[in-house]
Amino acid sequence: MGEWLLVSIQVDMHDRLAMQLQDDLTSRIAATAARGVLIDISALEMVDSFIGRMLGNIAAMSRVLDAETVVVGMRPAVAITLVELGMSLSGVRTALNVEKGMELLSASMAEASGVNGPPVG
Amino acid sequence: MVLLSADTLPLERDEQIVVVRQAVRQRAIELGFSLVDQTKIVTAASELARNTIQHGGGGTALIEAVNDGARRGLRLTFEDQGPGIADIDLAMKDGFTTAGGLGLGLSGAKRLSNEFSIVSAPSRGTRVVITRWK
Repeated sequence: MGEWLLVSIQVDMHDRLAMQLQDDLTSRIAATAARGVLIDISALEMVDSFIGRMLGNIAAMSRVLDAETVVVGMRPAVAITLVELGMSLSGVRTALNVEKGMELLSASMAEASGVNGPPVG
Repeated sequence: MVLLSADTLPLERDEQIVVVRQAVRQRAIELGFSLVDQTKIVTAASELARNTIQHGGGGTALIEAVNDGARRGLRLTFEDQGPGIADIDLAMKDGFTTAGGLGLGLSGAKRLSNEFSIVSAPSRGTRVVITRWK
């Protein structure tokens, strides 16, 4: 099993910072040969279309680099707003919290390597 | 309509979108907005502030707390002197974009608001006003 990257977004990011994160993270995935990326957004009080697009881009880029991204910890108010805004984050796997996200990554790693992982649930 | 407060903030650089978001959040909290309503108006503000910078070439955000007798609300005005919008109906469509984004800015901000109006004409700039009531 390859390395995992855990990213916790702790600040209200301006747009260039969000682009920087996208670029840095993609470079790190390649440099570390990571197989899984966990992005914790539990500190984010808002996700607009720009940040939503960034999350989608990271998921798509990591997939091309043979890694899987799971976004965890979205606040309920953020989820409600995001859907009303018109973003469903299709193509982005999500989990309730870091623990559930790790279970999800473990399960899909195990599946990918043909090994039966521990039961998830 | 009684004006309770009014703040004008500049929108020239993308870092200032964050400043507008935080100012809108603060006023929404002061008005007693629920967490979901705070999040909706802040997100709408973020989309419109970005439009002002990216499409309007910069402008201003006016944040007003208002009281119409029965209820209190937050009214936000985004104004620029940019190129304007030739076809507003087209610009309001989900997925229509000229900036390489997702094209959810205007339509999404409208869905997140209780009242929405837009005035724009080619080479005359754009003014978008949204209100969310508590």
